[in-house]
Amino acid sequence: MAPVILWSDVLIWLLVVAAIALGWLSARNPLLRAAWQRVGRNRAGMASATVLLAFVGVGLLDSIHFRSLLESSAGPAAARPAAQAYSVDVLSLLDVALTPLRTRNEKTYSEPLATRAHAKESTEVRAADGRIRQSRDYPRLKYGGAHLGADEAGHDADVGDRLLRASGIAALVWGALAAAMAGGLARAEACSRREAWRRIWRNESDFAGNAVLVAMAVLLLLGLSMAMLATPYHVFGTDKVGQDVLYQVLKSVRTALVIGLVTTLVMLPLSIFLGVVAGYFRGWIDDLIQYLYTTLSSIPGVLLIAAAVLMMQVVIDTHPHWFTTAAERADLRLLALCFILGVTSWTGLCRLLRGETLKLRELEYIQAAQAFGVSDLRIIARHILPNLMHIVIIALVMDFSSLVLAEAVLSYVGIGVDPTMISFGTMINNARLELAREPMVWWSLAAAFVFMFTLVLAANLLADAVRDAFDPRLAGSA
Amino acid sequence: MSQEVRVREEVLLRVRDLSIAFASGRSLLPAVAGIGFQVVAGETLALLGESGCGKSATALALLRLLPAAGRILGGEVSFAGRDLLRLPEAEMRGVRGGGMAMIFQEPATSLNPVLTVGRQLAEVLERHLALSGPLTRARSLELLTAVGIADAERRLGEYPFQLSGGMKQRVMIAIALAGKPRLLIADEPTTALDVTIQAQVLELLRRLQAERAMGMLLISHDLGVVAQMATRVGVMYAGEIVEEAPRQAFFSSPRHPYTQKLFAALPDLARRGGRLETIPGQVPPLSEMPGGCRFAARCAQAWELCRQEAPQWRQVAVGHRVRCHLNDGQGQRPGVVASVVAAAVTVDTLRSSAPALLVVQDLRVHFPIRRGVLQRTVGYVRAVDGVSLELARGQTLALVGESGCGKTTVGKAILQLLAASSGSVQWQGEELGGQSRRALRPLRRRMQMIFQDPFASLNPRLAVGEIIGEGLRALGMRAQRQEHAAAIAAVLQQVGLDQVAAARYPHEFSGGQRQRIAIARALAVQPDLVICDEPTSALDVSVQAQILNLLATLQADLGLAYLFITHNFAVVDHLAHLVAVMYLGRIVERGTVDEVLRSPQHPYTRALLSAVPGPRLDLQPEFIRLPGEIPSPATPPMGCHFHPRCRQASVACRERYPEASTLSRTHSVHCHLYPQPPA
Repeated sequence: MAPVILWSDVLIWLLVVAAIALGWLSARNPLLRAAWQRVGRNRAGMASATVLLAFVGVGLLDSIHFRSLLESSAGPAAARPAAQAYSVDVLSLLDVALTPLRTRNEKTYSEPLATRAHAKESTEVRAADGRIRQSRDYPRLKYGGAHLGADEAGHDADVGDRLLRASGIAALVWGALAAAMAGGLARAEACSRREAWRRIWRNESDFAGNAVLVAMAVLLLLGLSMAMLATPYHVFGTDKVGQDVLYQVLKSVRTALVIGLVTTLVMLPLSIFLGVVAGYFRGWIDDLIQYLYTTLSSIPGVLLIAAAVLMMQVVIDTHPHWFTTAAERADLRLLALCFILGVTSWTGLCRLLRGETLKLRELEYIQAAQAFGVSDLRIIARHILPNLMHIVIIALVMDFSSLVLAEAVLSYVGIGVDPTMISFGTMINNARLELAREPMVWWSLAAAFVFMFTLVLAANLLADAVRDAFDPRLAGSA
Repeated sequence: MSQEVRVREEVLLRVRDLSIAFASGRSLLPAVAGIGFQVVAGETLALLGESGCGKSATALALLRLLPAAGRILGGEVSFAGRDLLRLPEAEMRGVRGGGMAMIFQEPATSLNPVLTVGRQLAEVLERHLALSGPLTRARSLELLTAVGIADAERRLGEYPFQLSGGMKQRVMIAIALAGKPRLLIADEPTTALDVTIQAQVLELLRRLQAERAMGMLLISHDLGVVAQMATRVGVMYAGEIVEEAPRQAFFSSPRHPYTQKLFAALPDLARRGGRLETIPGQVPPLSEMPGGCRFAARCAQAWELCRQEAPQWRQVAVGHRVRCHLNDGQGQRPGVVASVVAAAVTVDTLRSSAPALLVVQDLRVHFPIRRGVLQRTVGYVRAVDGVSLELARGQTLALVGESGCGKTTVGKAILQLLAASSGSVQWQGEELGGQSRRALRPLRRRMQMIFQDPFASLNPRLAVGEIIGEGLRALGMRAQRQEHAAAIAAVLQQVGLDQVAAARYPHEFSGGQRQRIAIARALAVQPDLVICDEPTSALDVSVQAQILNLLATLQADLGLAYLFITHNFAVVDHLAHLVAVMYLGRIVERGTVDEVLRSPQHPYTRALLSAVPGPRLDLQPEFIRLPGEIPSPATPPMGCHFHPRCRQASVACRERYPEASTLSRTHSVHCHLYPQPPA
């Protein structure tokens, strides 16, 4: 096995490190700690955070890539014994975990949990008397419900049975988690477990534990049910080429996260630096930066993105030797998309920060610092930036969901991620044609929709909670 | 007038046992605890108290306009025979504006900026008097004329931004009067206004009240305003009324220790240079109301009973009652309380040949007005237009003037926070203007500034120790880590704060403590001159006294020179040695405190001094009414800047700006009434 380090993986893990660093800093700074504690008390916020964590978990699993070693076949291996041959397929940990979903492809469309294909086919069946008879029927799926054998009538009972078992396991796991949480709280607040349990459900602790537990219960129930059903069936059906839709949806999560998070990496330095500099120094610097962002934001974003993506595409196509695998090529295109989205979307935050800096620089503590002869750079770092952080954090969390949606729209228009890369946008784009079929193929779209909706909703609710906790004007009232 | 007689008069508003609380999480914090009072038609009841004692919450509760977190826990508010707390919301709307009307503190935010004055007046008229069309207009004109707005016809079509502050407050009053209310609630109606405008507005309110026989509930923290306006006075402390008395009795013999302390904390002539009586501590926060008498913790005369049991009302004279366990029966005259010896600094010793620390000559700060696409300069705002000052070690020079006269700009230009357009600022003979930042840095340590708003002058994200240490660090005075911490601890102690404060954040401190931190920040670099820009105007009287005492002590100990920028004459009188009065960017009169405040020569100084409401009943000089408001510094009037508002203006005043007339060695004035020096 050889690890493959994609650029987006590096960035994602850097972000994880940055998040841990931010958490560490927040824990040391009493003001930030108080703000995050306010987030912790917000029930909707914490439930969303739990859901988001599940998504992030999937995304992170999907961000460790490698190429597996090929079983050396006799001929070439004997000729070059030293050289190990690796598969051209770049796999991630998630792919490995989802191997059954990834590999068990049907011929074409099939409905969720179906045992037979979606469209009739002509098959030749050898009848008992030995004659070949043409018959037109829904063919049995190769994998979906294969374990039932001829007993297709037992399908409903089998599904029900598996759901029951999933619920049972979910209840067990949830019970263990809940007990652990109550135990932790009991230790933290030095009270009995029973008392801690009561506090969690009466919402009397400093952490919205009940919301987290409810969210976990729902997640476990749905997740385990899917896991139980995913092996023998296709939970969300299969797409045109017979690939499992659940697998596609799970793979899309990483794309969405990369787009939502890495873009902000591009956007943040630009908007913070330019916004603060424009607001603090005023004069010609301000004029220049304002001119820059008004011009940039008056160019239609989609056109700019389309032009940049197409240029990128040309560059990629003319330099095939840069990439050893298709995954690397798709990854570069994804990053390019992030970069372009970042470059076009920094203006909003920049404008906000410039305005806030304009306000801050007139405040008396800045003037007091100037009266001490403190250098401008130091004033910006010590007095202005920390007082802008709440805006940055709020903007970060709120932009995330809009970026995820933007990716879907761009991929739908055809200027988004590489067509080989699975994303919510490409899934929706494919579903366009499927909806026009008769009978309609609805499950791809529905699955993509449900997952994206959950992700964006959770991100938005968390953004609301973060804004309420960090916005000094709202902090007092919440 | 006895209480009995007044009861037989028409009682407009009777409040009984009104309790208000604010919801905070799961708990309710009591803000007002069982207060009761009544207002009779034609009288003014003044509710006096420091910030956070529940005055405004009471006023809002009367109109049932408390913010979302506010709850009325109980009590009765009967207005003209109806219990307002039990009225359905639809009827309550008729009472608001129609029965009771309210004037708010900040005229700038209480008018809707996108509606014309006429539209906002008509709104009330339509709602309460069901007027329409030309009738509305006629009535609006009448109202605007009644509140003394000239050219009412034109003003009706104008938007709030086209009006000055005083004019906005007049419009606010006109709107309040539009529904023909019988009771007017004025919540700090003049706090945001300058003294001359304040005098105009107070006069207007008195006149209107007399004409319309309205009851008035005046909420104020200013003893001077109360002395001018009130018929009766109720003193609020921490959500309770602790003393209620007719005006005469209140000002001649206050009974509650808190009231007595409030009087004693006011800076005035009698105790110049001495220390002010202060009330230790601060108003207890809502969450930690003490069980017994709420003032006990800060009261010098408190004894065991005060801490255990809340005192009940006790009648001490006709119409004069007090909530206090003390029953020595003897009210003390305010002013007698002061018993501290004056500090040994006198003006004369200072004025002798001390070399000047700071010499400012003909300082001008002009801000260009830019218009058009190309940002061409079309004119200048002459914020400071030729100011000269001199200040020696250990002296306090007060720069006095109304808002917009350029006094803060002078301070900032001296500190080189703003670039001067011309003129020179010399520090011990060294020119400051035009120096590079690097060259200025060693000089920065010598001059520091204390700002007006203690809530905006401390960075909320830095711990107090870091805030104070910033100057040390920036000026390269950083020593070893331990010395650094020791320096911070020392300076904290100097301003009367505990050294554990260094690890805490500004939001954990009250206004007065924050101002101490700001002073500590300035002191940390051991300056010789401190520019104090209205350092007490955002503070309550008792806290103001603490800060003024601190400043006086520091001056005596360290020999600091102060440039004291203020509009508060009582503070000037108490603290300053020299006074310069500014009007529209220029100094119109200067001299020692006695010369300027005791025998003012410039008509503007006289008018300004007469407009200051004194907290005494006896020494109220005749009020010289100044027409109009300060003109814009972008277009100052020809000749003497003051002539459009001056009653003694002559032809010469309109033609040229008067030169300085020297009246004594220290006293000079710019006015044509005095012999001009030969040209």
